Amino acid sequence: MAQIFRPTSPHLSIWRFTLTMTLSILHRILGVGLYIGTLLVILWLGAAALGDEPLAMVNGFFAHPLLQIVLFLYTLTLFHHMAGGIKHFVWDFILGFEAGPREAISIATIVFSVGLTLALWAVFVWF
Amino acid sequence: MAELILDKRSRPKKGKVWPRPEGATNVREYQVYRYDPDTQENPRIDTYFVDLDDCGPMILDALLWIKNNVDPTLTLRRSCREGICGSCAMNIDGANTLACTRGMDEVSAGPVKVYPLPHMPVVKDLVPDLSTFYEQHKSIEPWLQTKSPTPDTEWLQSREDRAKLDGLYECILCACCSTSCPSYWWNGEKYLGPAVLLQAYRWLIDSRDEATSERLDNLEDTFKLYRCHTIMNCTKVCPKGLNPAKAIAEIKKMMVERKVA
Repeated sequence: MAQIFRPTSPHLSIWRFTLTMTLSILHRILGVGLYIGTLLVILWLGAAALGDEPLAMVNGFFAHPLLQIVLFLYTLTLFHHMAGGIKHFVWDFILGFEAGPREAISIATIVFSVGLTLALWAVFVWF
Repeated sequence: MAELILDKRSRPKKGKVWPRPEGATNVREYQVYRYDPDTQENPRIDTYFVDLDDCGPMILDALLWIKNNVDPTLTLRRSCREGICGSCAMNIDGANTLACTRGMDEVSAGPVKVYPLPHMPVVKDLVPDLSTFYEQHKSIEPWLQTKSPTPDTEWLQSREDRAKLDGLYECILCACCSTSCPSYWWNGEKYLGPAVLLQAYRWLIDSRDEATSERLDNLEDTFKLYRCHTIMNCTKVCPKGLNPAKAIAEIKKMMVERKVA
């Protein structure tokens, strides 16, 4: 007898997303984003090593509004991934697994990363 | 590689809208996943209307009301109807739970959506094939293992050591947690999943068990244990209020402690 086909039941499409789940997925995606951002940092450092003229060129490139958005998102990514790392470090000590604390620490990572990103850009870029 | 999208044959299509109960004034809409292995057509979502004045308060009551009054072909597992057998585990309103202990009034307004446990092979309608899940449970050897000579009476345990099993022994293996876990969705063949790992910890932490080292050896694997990324869906859905995510973290901690000891 031929093997009876068994469909796979729906998963992502029917799931009611939760904060901890969403942040876990985001942590992965931002991790990939860090690779892209790191390439920009290497570009900048490489240009600085080559001399004033290449550096000025890269700085000009980075001054473009689109690149400013990319750099802003990279900063956010960096801080959020760091906050996520600290969150996982806390969880590794078996702290914050209960209903209240696990949501609190998740919200804290968002507040931390958004706050620090805005502060950094305010101090070094905007004002 | 994780398959984020269902294959073509597994995608549910629009199904039948069954007639409203005649004369009923207090009606709730149910959208239920159906799959008929005899036709092998794509799964479909059927719509039913349940007369709440003629039906008990739980989701299971509504499903059985449909089966008795509207459509006898609707297939589901159920037994104890009081949250101890784990048979009626399914996905209700976007999260896994037991149909018998979830009240209709706990489900947000609008139609009640009922699916089988996620990312499982479906035998029929709301009945998933849990063979792999049970095999994985078997693989952690869920029984007391000892090396010391068997005592004349019971294997004794202090009150404190017995208390360590609280929050673990209550697990009914309904599979709500394991099938709520995205890691288990993507790597269900290799990752043991929250339910089985909670069971593994139940034996690791038992003061009477003398196979702790062998048990840890068995779990020391990038997939079996370490696919847990503390997503916490497991803990959020457990119908018994247990905390599999914490049990898994305890196992990871035991692994580290064993290395540095």
